[in-house]
Amino acid sequence: MKFIHYLEKISGVSIYGLSSFALFGIFFLVMLFWAIRADKNMIEEISRIPLDSKA
Amino acid sequence: MQVEKFYYDNKTVKWFAYAVLFWGIVGMLAGLWASIAFFYPGISLGLPATTFGRMRPVHTNAVIFAFVGNGIFMGVYYSLQRLCKTRMFSDTLSKIHFWGWQLIIVAGAITLWAGKTSGKEYAELEWPIDIAIAVVWIIFGINMFGTIIKRRESHIYVAIWFYIATWVTVAMLHIVNSIELPISFLKSYSVYAGVQDALVQWWYGHNAVAFFLTTPYLGLMYYFLPKAANRPIYSYRLSIIHFWALIFIYIWAGPHHLLYTALPDWAQSLGVVFSIMLIAPSWGGMLNGLFTLRGAWDKVREEPVLKFLVVAITCYGMATFEGPMLSLKSVNAISHFTDWTIAHVHVGALGWNGFLTFGVLYWLIPRMWNTPLYSKKLAGTHFWIGTIGIVLYVIPLYWAGFTQSMMWKNFTEEGQLKFQFLETVTHIIPMYISRSIGGTLYLAGAFIMLYNLVKTIAKGQFVANEAAEAAPLPKVITTHGKEYWHRWVERRPMKMLLFSLIAVMIGGIIEIIPTFLVKSNIPTISSVKPYTPLELHGRDIYVREGCYLCHSQMVRPFRDEVARYGEYSKAGEFVYDHPFQWGSKRTGPDLARVGGKYPDSWHYNHMMDPQSMSPGSIMPSYGWLLENNIDTAMTPNMIWAMQKLGVPYPEGYEKRANRDLERQADSIRTNLILDKLKTPHNKEILALIAYLQRLGKDIKSAPRAEMTKKENSESVLGN
Repeated sequence: MKFIHYLEKISGVSIYGLSSFALFGIFFLVMLFWAIRADKNMIEEISRIPLDSKA
Repeated sequence: MQVEKFYYDNKTVKWFAYAVLFWGIVGMLAGLWASIAFFYPGISLGLPATTFGRMRPVHTNAVIFAFVGNGIFMGVYYSLQRLCKTRMFSDTLSKIHFWGWQLIIVAGAITLWAGKTSGKEYAELEWPIDIAIAVVWIIFGINMFGTIIKRRESHIYVAIWFYIATWVTVAMLHIVNSIELPISFLKSYSVYAGVQDALVQWWYGHNAVAFFLTTPYLGLMYYFLPKAANRPIYSYRLSIIHFWALIFIYIWAGPHHLLYTALPDWAQSLGVVFSIMLIAPSWGGMLNGLFTLRGAWDKVREEPVLKFLVVAITCYGMATFEGPMLSLKSVNAISHFTDWTIAHVHVGALGWNGFLTFGVLYWLIPRMWNTPLYSKKLAGTHFWIGTIGIVLYVIPLYWAGFTQSMMWKNFTEEGQLKFQFLETVTHIIPMYISRSIGGTLYLAGAFIMLYNLVKTIAKGQFVANEAAEAAPLPKVITTHGKEYWHRWVERRPMKMLLFSLIAVMIGGIIEIIPTFLVKSNIPTISSVKPYTPLELHGRDIYVREGCYLCHSQMVRPFRDEVARYGEYSKAGEFVYDHPFQWGSKRTGPDLARVGGKYPDSWHYNHMMDPQSMSPGSIMPSYGWLLENNIDTAMTPNMIWAMQKLGVPYPEGYEKRANRDLERQADSIRTNLILDKLKTPHNKEILALIAYLQRLGKDIKSAPRAEMTKKENSESVLGN
């Protein structure tokens, strides 16, 4: 009962690894694309929110 | 546009700040107490409540849920109002939240000291308190989302995203991990068993670290660091990537707590891969924090708040680099079950959470009381004492962990284990003493802070309702450039909640569901039978006394572990274990195969006076087990609950169970009498002996075919 045999016992186990990687990869690339392309003024405006209030 | 006048609620923030100070010191004291037990077992005072097995959960729960928990609420209630330019949604809900949480903490401390525990690390609290936590958490959620919805600021700043992700994920983790079947007012069994329970528990445990100790504090970092440094965060774009990557990846990493255990290999591998990937967003966040101070390092020298924040963020970086390293199988083979893990978590707890909380307190209190800090010098002293405390705490423990692991794995030339388990413990006792000195220094620092803050409060004037003004949210929001989908999400907090939930659920579902559904994941072993009623009582006592906090029940497939403890553990051995008791630290030896290793009388004497059986042992005595009666009135409920959870006792067995219990207890009594030990029937010690003697026995009678299926000598790894 070597641990590796678990992998053989589940039919199509590779789908778990592949799908999780694909999901994350796509998600991450979309995120990255958005973050890079986001409007500069808006980013600046948001990043100043904590400093707006005097308290 | 008409500017509206409104007031920020500082009163709730003040109460949470007081709670942070109070529970912080209580939690650290409990930790110090527990740490002293390692070199002076007599500190347990012979009382059940003060043994390590009960002080440790009190310490961890107090520090995580009371100290850091109140720290989260303090920071969120302060920053959320200002980031949304509005008062909290409801003062009544704020009040219910505050008092509800404190009540939970008090009830938690009392029940843990009384030995009422579900036996799952960091989720020890019993079912009525679990329900109370869920209710108070929902109240917090309503209050938070209510505030976000009525905000006057069109953008939702990244700190709030972290708060939203925290809220939704902690809710999910808490509910899934706490599903249990109550058998009495303060006793329940986890509905999951063995491998599945372990997977759910560490999916919870790991993500409790991620979403209770990390994401909310990152939110605080993104608010309080720019405030204290008086400049915006280094890169807001990076913070967006940091957020999504972190919450998406974190949720997968739980199985790295179970490497080389009986958990299916594919789940272990997924956990490892995602743990390594975690370095990227974690360091992105850390660098974002540190780069914020670029060109302002002169301020760090002057300002104690910044000093605390810088060390906090640095410790975050160290802990999040070390975490992925520890999840590499080869490193984990050395670090797991040793003090290395304890050192690792304390870099996070003392450095990241502790120092960030201190920084925020030093920043908040002078502002809310409208006065400068009483003494910057004392705050500087606190900083140095605390930093030295952390160093003195963690370095000896790293050393201890590594040394002990090497000693465990050491063989003589003749192929015998070189060291007895106990020798590996007594060898590192000086490190334990140093750890306590480090902890004492850290605690002393906290007292200095307390004095400093009390003095500040005394000379200031508390501003309960702070006036502010802002324009209301316009009906049509102007956008810069093109609208992107993220902007659309970002303006809609409830959608944000939904997307964060989806992001964190995917990992959980892909990892956990197959372990539940695919039968072949847990090969059954026909000789593994349900516990007898007496053993079941013994198991409950084992859980009650927190034995799992020092003893594992998981023999990993290593040459030294097989030589020391016996056949390595199989997934099929744990199918009746509600909850699982694999443990996470070996202060004492593994007990998975202890059944039959010693006579009953050895266990009897060992529980009464551990040092009489193992000279030099640091285990406290459990004299009360010889006095307390087994609660046989509970037996039918226990059997009923186990039947409900799928343990195959015959129908109607709950009525006959106590008869079997007495018969087995009598046979143990007879064994004890043969060794000149007289004990009345019905004492708890009999149940505990029965349980310990059962551990690992079933597998010994397993048919050879089941045990060796697809197995060869390579399955045991050398060192």
